This record gives sequence, C-alpha cells and structure tokens, in this order.
Amino acid sequence: MAKNTMNLKNIQLPDKEGRFGEYGGSYVPEKLQLVLDEISKNYEAIKNDDTFISELRYLNKHFTGRPSPIFYAKNLSEKTGGADIYLKREDLNHTGAHKINHCLGEALLAKRMGKKKLIAETGAGQHGVALATAATLVGLECDIYMGEVDIKKEHPNVVRMKILGARVIPVSRGTKTLKDAVDAAFEAYLEDPITQLYAIGSVVGPHPFPMMVRDFQQIVGLEAREQFLEMTGKLPDNLVACVGGGSNAMGLFTAFLEDPDVAMFGVEPSGRGFKDGDHAATLTLGSPGVLHGFSSYLLQDENGDPLPVYSVASGLDYPGVGPQHSLLKDLGRVTYVTASDEDAIDAFFELSRTDGIIPAIESAHAIAHAVKLAKDAGKGKTILVNLSGRGDKDIDFVLENYGKDYGL
Amino acid sequence: MLESYILKKRQQKDILLMTHIVMGYPDFEASYKIVKQMVEAGVDLMELQIPFSEPMADGPVILHANQKAIEGGSTVLKCFEFAQKVAKDFSIPFLFMSYANILYKYGMEQFADKMAAINLKGAIVPDLPPEEGKNYITAMEKNRLAPIYIFSPETSENRMSYLSTHGAGFIYCLARKGVTGKATSFSNELTTYLERCRQATTLPLAVGFGVKDKADVDFLKGKADIAVIGSQTIRVVEAKGPDAAGDFIRSLF
Repeated sequence: MAKNTMNLKNIQLPDKEGRFGEYGGSYVPEKLQLVLDEISKNYEAIKNDDTFISELRYLNKHFTGRPSPIFYAKNLSEKTGGADIYLKREDLNHTGAHKINHCLGEALLAKRMGKKKLIAETGAGQHGVALATAATLVGLECDIYMGEVDIKKEHPNVVRMKILGARVIPVSRGTKTLKDAVDAAFEAYLEDPITQLYAIGSVVGPHPFPMMVRDFQQIVGLEAREQFLEMTGKLPDNLVACVGGGSNAMGLFTAFLEDPDVAMFGVEPSGRGFKDGDHAATLTLGSPGVLHGFSSYLLQDENGDPLPVYSVASGLDYPGVGPQHSLLKDLGRVTYVTASDEDAIDAFFELSRTDGIIPAIESAHAIAHAVKLAKDAGKGKTILVNLSGRGDKDIDFVLENYGKDYGL
Repeated sequence: MLESYILKKRQQKDILLMTHIVMGYPDFEASYKIVKQMVEAGVDLMELQIPFSEPMADGPVILHANQKAIEGGSTVLKCFEFAQKVAKDFSIPFLFMSYANILYKYGMEQFADKMAAINLKGAIVPDLPPEEGKNYITAMEKNRLAPIYIFSPETSENRMSYLSTHGAGFIYCLARKGVTGKATSFSNELTTYLERCRQATTLPLAVGFGVKDKADVDFLKGKADIAVIGSQTIRVVEAKGPDAAGDFIRSLF
C-alpha cells in the first residue's frame, strides 16, 4: 500500500479500480469479482441515463419526501450557549432515516439488471426497513440478514420489515451483530449472484459499493449546501455526522469537500470506553487492514482478526469503516472524534426535550459532539448536523435501560 | 518447485490428492494427528488453513472450524510453529490457505520470507486477486513460492489467462459456484469447464469444492491433476475423530 500524497482538489475518487488512495479496492474471491464487474458496468451505464435519473428524482421527491428540510435548533443552540446548531432532517424521510436514499437507487439498479431479489445486512434495522420498502415499491423480493442480538434490540424495525413483506433471516454466528450479518449476506450472495443483488447498507464493501452508495447519498449534502446558503447567506462553518460504516457522513460531506473553510467532524461511538470490545471507534483506534472485500481502517487484533465491537447504537456497531473516510482521515480533511453511550443517550433526551425531535441513538452521537463543538466554537459560528434518523425505533430500548435516569 | 513436484508425481499416479485442515481445529494435537494419518494414507499435498474469523470464500463447515480454532487459541504464530513442524516431519509439500488481512497484518514480505524459511511451498489467498496483490506476488516470487489462483465456472477465457500468468504451482479450479462444503454435480458440464481450464493454462489443475468420495475422485481422472478434499475431511473428523482421517483417505483410492 502506497502512502497518500494526493490532495482533494485534483482527484476524482475513486480511481477505476475503486481505490481511495491506498484504501478501498476489491479484495474478493474470483467469482464474486465477476458479479461486482457486472454491477459496475450496469451502474456506470445507468448513472448518466436520463430515464434512471428522472425515475430516481421522482421517487426521491414524491415517495421519500425530498428535499428534507434544514431546521435551526434554536432552543438547543440557546441552551448550549455557543454556535448555532442546524439539523439536516434526514429523519423526516419516508422510513425515518437517510438509508432510503441509496436503497431506492440500488432497487432501481437491481430492477434494471433483471434481478428478482434484493438481499442485505442490517444493524439497527434502518437499512433493512429502507431496503424492504424500496424492494416492495419496485416489485422485488427482499431478504434481510440480521444478527440475533440486534433482532432483540430493534424489535419494531424487525416487525416493520416483516410487514413490508421481507424475510428477516436471523444470524447466529460470531457476535450475532452487524459484522456477522455482513458475512451471512455475502455468503448468501455467493450462493446465488444471478437472481439476487446484494444492496450493501453503507459506503463499505468492495468496489463499486462505496462509490455507488456515496453517489446515491450525496443528495443530502447537495441539498444542504443550497438550503444553508439560502437560509444564512453563508456556508456552514462546521459539519457533524455520526460514523459507523459512514454513509450518512459521506452523504453530507461530499458536496463540501472542496470548500476549505467548512470544517468536518465524523463522530464514532466510544461505547463504554476505549478498551477492546467496548467501542466501535474504528478510525480513532484502528489500523489499516482488509475486511469484507475492501481495505480501510479496521479494529483488529494482533493476528488480523476483527475485534469485537460494541455501541449502544446497533447501526454504528461495525469494526470497519468506509474506505473514503480512511483517506479523509489521513488527508486531515475530516476530523474524527468520539461520543460515548452516555453522551449519546444524554443528547437523545436533550434534543427531544429542547426542540421536540427524538433522534435515532446513532444520530444522537452527532448531536452530542455538536453540542460540545458549539461551546468551543462560540457565538456567531454555525454547525450543520446530519440528523440521519429518527428515534422511534429506540424508545423501548431507551425506556428499559435508561428510563429511570431521565425520569420515565 | 511445486509445479515440477506435481508433474513428477503425476507420472506415477492418475490423479493426486490434496487435503485441507484448519490449523488448531479441533486443537493442534488433533491437527497433527490428522496430518500424520493423511500423509501415511498417501495424500500428495496439503493445504494448511490459518483461521480467520470472516472466511469469505468458505461455507458453514469450514467457517465453523475457523471460528472454533480461533476460540481455542489458534494464532498466526502458533500456526507457523505447527506448519514448521509438519513440514519438517513429513515429506509432502504443504501450502498455506488464508485470507488477505492475515498476511497484511503480519507484513507481506515477512510472511513470504517466513513461509520459505519453514519450507512451505505456496499459498492460496482467495480474497487477494493479482490486482490487489502486487506486493504479495513479488514477495512470493522472491522466495520461489507459488501464489495459487482460482478459476470458477464463470471465469472468462481472458481472465483465466490473466490469472495463469500471475500464478504458479497449479490452478485451483472450483467445481461449482457458491462457497465450499455444498453439493456439486459431477457432470458433463464440469468436463466442458475443465477442458476450458486446460486450454487456458499450462499449469496443473486441481479441482475442489464438493469432492467427497471415490466416485468423485475417479470422475476427475484424466480431466485434472489433483483432486481436493476440503469440507468432507472436517465432516469425517467431526463425526468419527482424528483417527478416522486415514481410513477416509484410503477409501478414495
């Protein structure tokens, strides 16, 4: 792996082999590569196709409800007493999170390729629900692989997927969470790559997934840039997004990468602490490695096996991270920080009780950092947070585990 | 060199037998016993898998073995020690099988140097295609080790030649689509596919994925140079214990 000497101004990412600097690529068994080549070819063909673009645009507007608004969280900002905090309301999308943005794209692609079924992994169930929804809409079957631990924790989303007609396949191997669900989905994909399409849930996996999912997600930042300029006459001083695999963060960041005055923060979960197995802060504490078909920062042991990870947010509970984030870290373009379980739960209640918005626990990590940053940055500065999902799915879990602490 | 060993052996036998173990499954003592039984029963070469927790190209049987081996404390260092011992005690060629991150973490060059130092002959790393494995190929070539590449029934002629150019030792031909350890139909379709493989490379051909009994091995005679027994050995050992490995191998001849 060569050192990254590039800058962001003069590179088109990724290169044709799917590399973001030294990261990304396609580390897969030969027969999976054939399938990936087919996806790449089809994606390249449709991404500039007028029919595809207008079809996706129509669904984004009339089905998802785009553009999602930007809301100035006045109460939270005033209570914090520093910079002004704005929220890009991806939680208001149909299905309740940003995941629908790439699921619709992937579903239309699958349909175009003549596939019968979409398959995917899910952690918190947000990607699963969004994919089940998109599959139903375009007329495809849908199998969702989900760790048994997450199935218990994210009951409402499991029910939603089933109501939408998807099969939820419990994964009992390994740690029974997101990583293991990815393994199981890959295995199922290898068994039948002809009638199925693996619609991966984040900007991870082998090429072309990190690029494709980012392309479908970048609408978040493109809208936000325009909306923010219109609201304030300026670009935001800071962007904040939570990072598990990193899809909502890439969605917000991409449109601002070449704006040198816009600082960016990716917030990783530090869970219960910084000991192995207590967190999923891949960029903060990991080192470069290869997992699930791509090269990126990875939480790994001395043998090269991925370490167990933990976060209160199932959607952030992954030992890898999107390859473009790894490059953005090395280049210093994005600063990666952490928020703990406690920080996130605090922010979950804070936003609910200041501005009447219950955020997903995942997104609450971003809120937690935004509040901290607002104090440091001070008055007159602005922070735009990607509020990537709503917290309805989390209420039972929060009530059971944290209810007492917050007077419930 | 691995290739010349295979060619020489083939002058004496219609087909060679390659078997596979996951090092440290169920434990290292049993692994040693299985190797010994297999070599004494007449196996011609062996794959030693360094366990990885996410073995992408492997099916449920080998996946389970990988995870159990890791839980039981099988580390990369212990695997090297084990491989060194069997390569010293037995005269057949031994190969490593593992996944890219195991090699990256160890250091590509160090890994290849170490392999050569303990007298291993080659490696199969299914998630490290030539495009991503330039350092790997260089390090292997420097040490005169064989990087072994894999054909599948869907691989195009162009791709087969490309892989053949970068590979050495032999080509591992997957008998079917999908992951390891599931049923394969040994049919005319397979014959046609193996003819395509033969056209595309001058390297010897090994056929794996679903080879489980004497009929399968016999079917491959005249069509391939090596029959690979993977998951089936693990199944036999799981059902009957390490001592059953030798009889199982003898039943294939």
